[in-house]
Amino acid sequence: MTVSAQNIPAQLAEIIDDFQAMEEPERLQLLLEFSRSLPDLPEHLAGQPELLEQVVECQSPLFLTLEIGDGPEEPVEIYFSAPPEAPTTRGFAGVLHEGLNGLPAAEILAVPDDVPEQLGLTRAITPLRLRGMSAMLARIKRQITDARAAV
Amino acid sequence: MSSRCNGLPSLWRMMTGAKVVSSCLWLGWAETTPDEWKGFAMPVVAAEQNEKFAAYAHPERLVSTDWLAANLDADSLVVVESNEDILLYETGHIPGAVKIDWHTDLNDALTRDYIDGEAFAALLGSKGITRETTVVIYGDKSNWWAAYALWVFTLFGHEDVRLLDGGRDKWIAEGRELTTETPKPAAVEYPVVERRDEAIRAFLPDVFEHFGKPLIDVRSPEEYSGERTTMPAYPEEGTLRGGHIPSAASVPWARAAAADGTFRNREELEAIYKGEAGLNEGDEVIAYCRIGERSSHTWFVLKHLLGFENVRNYDGSWTEWGNAVRVPIVKGAEPGEVPAARR
Repeated sequence: MTVSAQNIPAQLAEIIDDFQAMEEPERLQLLLEFSRSLPDLPEHLAGQPELLEQVVECQSPLFLTLEIGDGPEEPVEIYFSAPPEAPTTRGFAGVLHEGLNGLPAAEILAVPDDVPEQLGLTRAITPLRLRGMSAMLARIKRQITDARAAV
Repeated sequence: MSSRCNGLPSLWRMMTGAKVVSSCLWLGWAETTPDEWKGFAMPVVAAEQNEKFAAYAHPERLVSTDWLAANLDADSLVVVESNEDILLYETGHIPGAVKIDWHTDLNDALTRDYIDGEAFAALLGSKGITRETTVVIYGDKSNWWAAYALWVFTLFGHEDVRLLDGGRDKWIAEGRELTTETPKPAAVEYPVVERRDEAIRAFLPDVFEHFGKPLIDVRSPEEYSGERTTMPAYPEEGTLRGGHIPSAASVPWARAAAADGTFRNREELEAIYKGEAGLNEGDEVIAYCRIGERSSHTWFVLKHLLGFENVRNYDGSWTEWGNAVRVPIVKGAEPGEVPAARR
């Protein structure tokens, strides 16, 4: 199945294609690069953990929140926080950040739930760890739904 | 072959160099060791002596960060990093340390089991570890996964395997050297030894036979009680039922660790496991968690630090017990009664 056949935004599809084009050790290296490129929290969120939601399914502490912008497209800004000693968790967050950040809310809601399984890491990463990434995606979607309902 | 040292193929001898040969001489392997490698091997690298360790039943199973820093270059010592986070080693590790991943290296890919003797021999040989090598394992999260690796090494009877007290976090907290350079050890020969599960590994039927003797559940209090920890519409855990094995005492694994990740001292550990959990000298104990990793940490504490001779880790743990057909569980904070014998 090709990535483009699904409801996967182009910027996320490109990342999945990159992972799939590689052998397993390189995939892990790429995930490590994503962990390094995950941006720090912006000033208005840094030091305010109560504004973020913990993704308890992750085996390492990971927090996230998002803001939906004005305008008909409802662009979504996603913010993650995870410690440097949790590179795998940071890597997953980095993939989702680069793949989803800034997209319209409706596009993110349409992303298939099995995206984490498409990175080709299911052998190297245990199901429990991959579930952490699925949980991040699920919580991003739920936060979008909640935020829209609250308007 | 009359001995491993004298009968080595010359190619292997060339690859490994004098280091291993000299350790063989030190060990006195030459004329006394049969083809089987299961005999007793004296530790090549002398055990650390200090007051804290001396109080434990088997002080030779631990090394401190100071000791490791001073012995990093010792011949016949290999440092192994084993983490929960599969990428952590790549971000920086103790110089010379090799990585072993519990999931991809130690588990069989097709059966829910550990690798066999041949795979273990291939793995260790590729890491530059011989049967006589002193192996020091360390990892993240207070050595949770390092203890798991040590337990698997023990299934294969690797004689000299130790944990770095405080693990990765303590080494880093002390500002010690890290490197991202991955060592490329020359492959050495590790013998194919049969895995021996019975002494330290329990299976589901063993737990039924064990009822009436102590069980320790090392998971979190929420997992023990069976209380829901996930909310509706959130991904669910893979176990159908929440709760614990009837009669098991709850002692979350991390209680054995101090704030800096080192093991608590003997007195503190006695207070927890004998005082609170009610274990008595000579008890046979089975520990379990979700898949057997956290309980390896407790297994290490009970076996090597407190000296319980007969401790088994039930690695099927809650993911097996909590899902198995016609297997009783208890919900809530109390241990519950020992179930009546089956049939």
